[in-house]
Amino acid sequence: MTRYPLSGPLMGLLVVFSTPVLAAGDAADDGVRWDVLHDMYFKDRPIEEAGDRIRIDAPARAYDAALVPVRVEVEPSLRLKTLSLLVDKNPVPLAATFRFGPASAGSGIETRVRVNEYTNVHAVGETEDGRLLMTEAYVKAAGGCSAPAVKDPQEAMARLGRIKVKLPETLTPGSPATAQVMISHPNSSGLQFDQISRTYIPAHYVQSIAIRVGGQTVLEADTDISISEDPNLRFSFVPVEGGSLEVVAHDTKGATFTRTVPLAAASGKDEPAL
Amino acid sequence: MTTSLEIGGFLTLAAMLCLMAFTTSASAEPLAVTEVAPGVFVHQGVIAEPAPDNHGDTANMGFIVGDDGVAVIDTGGTPELGRRLREAIAARTDKKPVVVINTHMHPDHVFGDAAFADVPIAGHANLRDALAARQEVYRQRLADELGADAAAGIAPVRVDRPVSEEVRIDLGNRIIVLTAYPTAHTNNDLTVFDRNTGTLFAGDLLFVDHLPAVDGNALGWLRVIDRLERVPAVRAVPGHGPAAVDWPGALDAERRYLTVLVDGVRRVLKAGGSIQDAVAGVAEDERDRWLLFDAYNPRNVTATFAELEWE
Repeated sequence: MTRYPLSGPLMGLLVVFSTPVLAAGDAADDGVRWDVLHDMYFKDRPIEEAGDRIRIDAPARAYDAALVPVRVEVEPSLRLKTLSLLVDKNPVPLAATFRFGPASAGSGIETRVRVNEYTNVHAVGETEDGRLLMTEAYVKAAGGCSAPAVKDPQEAMARLGRIKVKLPETLTPGSPATAQVMISHPNSSGLQFDQISRTYIPAHYVQSIAIRVGGQTVLEADTDISISEDPNLRFSFVPVEGGSLEVVAHDTKGATFTRTVPLAAASGKDEPAL
Repeated sequence: MTTSLEIGGFLTLAAMLCLMAFTTSASAEPLAVTEVAPGVFVHQGVIAEPAPDNHGDTANMGFIVGDDGVAVIDTGGTPELGRRLREAIAARTDKKPVVVINTHMHPDHVFGDAAFADVPIAGHANLRDALAARQEVYRQRLADELGADAAAGIAPVRVDRPVSEEVRIDLGNRIIVLTAYPTAHTNNDLTVFDRNTGTLFAGDLLFVDHLPAVDGNALGWLRVIDRLERVPAVRAVPGHGPAAVDWPGALDAERRYLTVLVDGVRRVLKAGGSIQDAVAGVAEDERDRWLLFDAYNPRNVTATFAELEWE
């Protein structure tokens, strides 16, 4: 991370304790950072260690800091009201908060995040009786937030807002299934610098994603700049007879992107995108 | 009083300039170059990641000498390498550089441009924007790898002659053809063909020995290889690898790797696998056939997964 101005869309960035990486993975430093985040996002609510009930699967060393796959596994018996994903040392640490609805079939989530420097990643689950459970994983990667934008800007703009939904080949009403939703969007972080204009490319990212099945909420997500370009979610849901899966996303420029896929059509393979 | 101060100031400045000139000329030892065809010279970079022991000299660069002037093709990974390339040109010909051609945006090919501030730069029509969006990150990375001194003095992004399809430049009884390609290795790949000797400077559209790095689009690259194969060259200068290789046979290994990469990622996608599944297994059979496999294959797989999952 290089310097960034404290103005415009960057006002809300957390710049405390952005100490230069002294020794990568300095445990005390990581602990201090987490204390700050705990206070910032969860106030004085106690947070328990989740143990085996919530686990994070992320590469110990990421290959592309702008696209780090993170899977949060949640014990099936544990019903969560919300799940928050934090990349501790990112300029905006809270990557996403997921609120689960009645059509959810479990609180596990898989997505992709940007990682700006060696950091802990935290998942914090809120149980239906209001307890907070957390788990963490350490990821070595750097530069993901300020990493240059998309490889092919023309192609990216051409498909901005396109949504692809992947469903299993067979779906049985009432029987939990996994789906994947992909939203084509540059998700510009506001931290990507343009050397010719001498300015930062303005932040422009997906800030909410709602997924419903048969009119019932599977999940609603608030998302931020720590989510990689082309936001990508895997989640579980309960199919209903004759229903459809509906995705509604909003970005920070006020655009709305939607896609509705009939569940019955899932008998083939991937639903063609648009 | 005033006068003597001015003189003192002037002397100090003059002394500094002398010192700078001395430092520059003393350290700008000409790069070693090979004449791969009459009037076509190549400096071969090492196959490695930029590091202090190789001074960032990890990419091939070259120049073509015509009756009226010299075309410089890529300038190396630091301003210092650019100065040393310029010394190498001066040691081989009294003709002056009339154009610098950047084959694509990567820093190991363009940061030597700083030594050619007086020469127009030609590049792909996408080069300017692509490099502008990355240069600060590249500069920072170079400073991390080689130290702040090596990264000092990098020139602002400049593309004086954008090429969107094809441009011919006459160097004096010597016509070179610059061709811009759709997204492949990057979204701003350009080749230079010397018609007199049938030499193709392929930039990083051709990797030999060094594992290809996908910073564009693997499928697009395979399509570009089909086009490149028809270029009537007898030899090519790869962006990384030997100074010159046979054409078009040198494309075979790269095409095989990219095909294995695409097929492998598609299989994982079809089976519903994740990026981690793909990174763990795709193109594993290619490991012993390339240098820097572990540095680039996981990234190539990740990028190609994100590309192909939209199919």
